[in-house]
Amino acid sequence: MEAVLDTARENRTGLAGVFVSVVQRDLLLAVRRRADVLTSFFFFIIVVSLFPLGVGPEPNTLREIAPGVVWVAALLASMLALHRLLAGDYADGTLEQLVLSAQPLTLLVLGKILAHWLVTGIPLVLIAPLLGLQFGLPGDALAVMTLGLLLGTPVLSMLGAIGAALTLGVRGAGGLVALLVLPLYIPVLIFGAGAVSAAMSGQSVEGHMSLLAAFLLFSVVVAPWATAAAIRIAME
Amino acid sequence: MALNLWRFASPQVIYPIAGRMAPMFMAAALVLGLVGLYIGFFVAPTDFQQGESYRIIFIHVPAAWMSMVIYLAMAFWCAVGMIMNTRLSFMMALALAPTGALMTFIALWTGALWGKPTWGAWWVWDARLTSELILLFLYIGFMSLHAAIDDVRRADRAAGLLALVGVVNVPIIYFSVQWWNTLHQGASVSLTRAPSMATTMLTGMLIMALAAWMYSIAASLMRLRVIILEREADADWVREQIAPAWRGART
Repeated sequence: MEAVLDTARENRTGLAGVFVSVVQRDLLLAVRRRADVLTSFFFFIIVVSLFPLGVGPEPNTLREIAPGVVWVAALLASMLALHRLLAGDYADGTLEQLVLSAQPLTLLVLGKILAHWLVTGIPLVLIAPLLGLQFGLPGDALAVMTLGLLLGTPVLSMLGAIGAALTLGVRGAGGLVALLVLPLYIPVLIFGAGAVSAAMSGQSVEGHMSLLAAFLLFSVVVAPWATAAAIRIAME
Repeated sequence: MALNLWRFASPQVIYPIAGRMAPMFMAAALVLGLVGLYIGFFVAPTDFQQGESYRIIFIHVPAAWMSMVIYLAMAFWCAVGMIMNTRLSFMMALALAPTGALMTFIALWTGALWGKPTWGAWWVWDARLTSELILLFLYIGFMSLHAAIDDVRRADRAAGLLALVGVVNVPIIYFSVQWWNTLHQGASVSLTRAPSMATTMLTGMLIMALAAWMYSIAASLMRLRVIILEREADADWVREQIAPAWRGART
């Protein structure tokens, strides 16, 4: 694997090389602007922490609402981070260069989405067990929730990319992106939160997990292509 | 010589045709609607289980059908527009959207009115209700995105792409009662088996469905005419054929 990456890095003209350099570039940008990334991360934690304050500290109630609360917060945090995905590159002209480049835009977009997920999705997955613990979730439900988020958050990034691309440079893009993207997130929410609830009531989670994995595979195929098409429309 | 169908892709050709057809469809909708409602409210027998409250299906079911059919039609015209690059297709899609949203809203609203006496709740979070609600959001998202982009060409294509992405939801709504064992009852009408309701009920519902079709076509055509005029305001044919009448009216 390391050897493949090394040759890919040396030979930046190949498809794998281009993909790796797009991911590297976006990761580097994220590292240089840490505050942007941390915003959505802390947003996630704060939204989850608000619920016990609003609903009350009754442990049984909290345990019951925990899957939904964590998943809805993940949806919102993931949506909040979408403006980072393309808007900056659109404003400074980088996106135009990506469109003009000889490499397939679909692949470049996939690289950008992957980098975006690594900096915004992975932190949510890692902190979620801790938040679940605060809500008193049992061990196996925590494992199911983490695995579900691991499968579900990339889907959120993929679908979100379509919305982000459609609203490039549009009036009131922030509110509009919520209107476009949240309805598309609903299936992920239903099966993600459903898996945790099923685990807590002792049912099999295989069906929920399989559907989440199916959403992931389907969105990997469709979303980069649709995002690329939307970017081209915005660039005309 | 074959009929040149491409002629009808021109807004200039469609504008007068739509103007002649819209009143006919609206009249048909009115007649069918009155007949359908009469059968529904006075002729059809009282339901054995649900009593009189079942009669709301004469509005609920046609509206729910139309909400899905119109979305498919909208997505179809968006696809045609994106593939063939025809302006009129996008105008047609845009003209369909508000009627589709209206039908979705009616389906949800009448469903709530029916749910209260039957299920004892205005709203339950079952798969079909939720996915129909998502459909309403998709219609609203389509119209909002289109309204937010000033460049008409870009707005058409961006909203068109969104409509195509959202089309995944339509089969989910349609099959939701089969895939999940939900509170919402299964389909009462099917092409492949004998209907599970009295013939007069079925007749009334089909007539109402036809009325909903006629109304949707008429409303979309009227809206299409307005959109054509709005977009083609600077075209020669509008200035020559339509504008003189306006000028006369204004002076």
